[in-house]
Amino acid sequence: MMSSTSSIWHKLRPYGMVTPALAVFGVFFIYPIFYMIYLSVFDWNFVSPTKDYVGLQNFSALLSDDEFRQVILNTTIYTVSTVLLTLSISLLLALWLNRSGAFYGFVQGAIFSPHIISLVSISLLWSWLMDPEYGLLNWVISLFGFGPLEWLSHPDTSLMSLILVAVWKGIGFNTLVFIAGLQSIPQSIYEAAALDRSKPWRTFMRLTLPMLSPTLFFLAIMSMIGSFQVFETIAIMTQGGPVNSTNTLVYYIYQYGFRFFKIGYASAAGVILLVIVGILTLIYFRLLSKKVHYR
Amino acid sequence: MKVLNSLLKVVNVILMGVLVLIFALPFVWMVSTSLKTLPETMIFPPEWIPAAPQWQNFMQAWNSGPFLHYFMNSVMISAGILLLQMITIIPAAYAFARFEFKGSGILFGLVMVTLMIPSQLIFLPVYLELSSWNLLNTHLGLILPFASSAFGIFLLRQSFKQVPNELIEAARLDKAKEWKIMIKLMIPMARPALITFGLFSFISHWNDYFWPLVMTTNETARTLPLGIAKIRETEGLTTWNVLMAGNLILVVPILIIFFFAQRSIIKAFVYNGVK
Repeated sequence: MMSSTSSIWHKLRPYGMVTPALAVFGVFFIYPIFYMIYLSVFDWNFVSPTKDYVGLQNFSALLSDDEFRQVILNTTIYTVSTVLLTLSISLLLALWLNRSGAFYGFVQGAIFSPHIISLVSISLLWSWLMDPEYGLLNWVISLFGFGPLEWLSHPDTSLMSLILVAVWKGIGFNTLVFIAGLQSIPQSIYEAAALDRSKPWRTFMRLTLPMLSPTLFFLAIMSMIGSFQVFETIAIMTQGGPVNSTNTLVYYIYQYGFRFFKIGYASAAGVILLVIVGILTLIYFRLLSKKVHYR
Repeated sequence: MKVLNSLLKVVNVILMGVLVLIFALPFVWMVSTSLKTLPETMIFPPEWIPAAPQWQNFMQAWNSGPFLHYFMNSVMISAGILLLQMITIIPAAYAFARFEFKGSGILFGLVMVTLMIPSQLIFLPVYLELSSWNLLNTHLGLILPFASSAFGIFLLRQSFKQVPNELIEAARLDKAKEWKIMIKLMIPMARPALITFGLFSFISHWNDYFWPLVMTTNETARTLPLGIAKIRETEGLTTWNVLMAGNLILVVPILIIFFFAQRSIIKAFVYNGVK
């Protein structure tokens, strides 16, 4: 028979086991979110001992600021283009490279390799490749009769250049996730489709794509959230310029928090980012539970 | 028909060659530049193989700052994070996988929420928090925010769940203590997931630039990525040869790990993400 103390211990045990992890999340995730929302209604410069309550003034100031609107626009263009380009190219590559064998394994490894390299290295490397005078990229496009482009140093091309780097870095990971998704589709369904003399395009639209939809949504939401927090490439390659053309949300918050010490204002921008990410996450789960085909 | 088929095969191989070039050429260019003299970096069309390899570029990059210090900081912080994560995620994942307790659904939901919300969203309040505890510019300050991992708990819980119940029941009949079951039975069974997570965690914190940049204001706890980015300030904006040499110092350890553990790394980053 168990004694009563040991049965209390048995009941408490699982709580004890999850406590260390939950304590970390509480202190460094949950609490900071509420703290940020709290800070967003104050005017505070970090050094001053008092915080001035200003209500929603930070939010109205943000929304009427042209620079911030530009930042939202940049972030949206960057996110939408990066996600669409990365996903469509990756899907094509996955359909092409989804074969076994050492050669295909090598190609898959090669396109995946940028994913594990530090964004600092990637940013420095591409700054060099995109150097307007001595960069390799201008030489390569000159072979095809184009250019020279100013890449990062002109507001018309700077955001596009950052998108190019993000797509280059992201393709390998997304391709491999798509391949994993393709491989989990049962082969028997394809055999049935072949017996029905289904055309390849039709098989793809009616069969492959629906079966792949959970993977597609997973990747879409992951790359969207990832794109929203782009920082390293901007900090190293452009610092938000030229003329604010590559400034995005996280970098903007960083600037206002750590350069201009407008903590309340930066927190308000953080709350807006939080709302956007929250909405995206909700959409993701909604779509997942309703529209997405489950195996 | 046969001719067409073999022609298609050739085109296929050529296209794949182009694909590999698009992803490998930038890295080849990085290695090539790191061994050039400064005038050589400005020659067009480019020389892919430098006339005389300039190994001193690496010394110049390494000596442009306290690089041994950066390197040790990177090792200590990445390893410290990994160690604490293992201590916090293993029992949590075990409890979520194997015990039924009141509120477990809500608590696990909380873990999943932190998985969906990017940590870069809340750096400002975390900074203020660490600042009020005097933890800025310390190793501990860079380690603690990552002392647990929602991704790790999620991953490990899946593999703990796959351990057959009979094994655990048998161990319990043998009067094995619960913590012994966890350490002697569950952990070995979950080894692939643990290695997977270990690689994932170490590589991403080794590469991290954002948190060390935001959470440090002086050199005491700064890490390798910050040191590399700083070469540009000390050596000048256009010394691409020295910059690329510095860059290689950061990339090579990860590339070596990748070379030897390619399969597990790809598995770590890809396949477990979708399951």
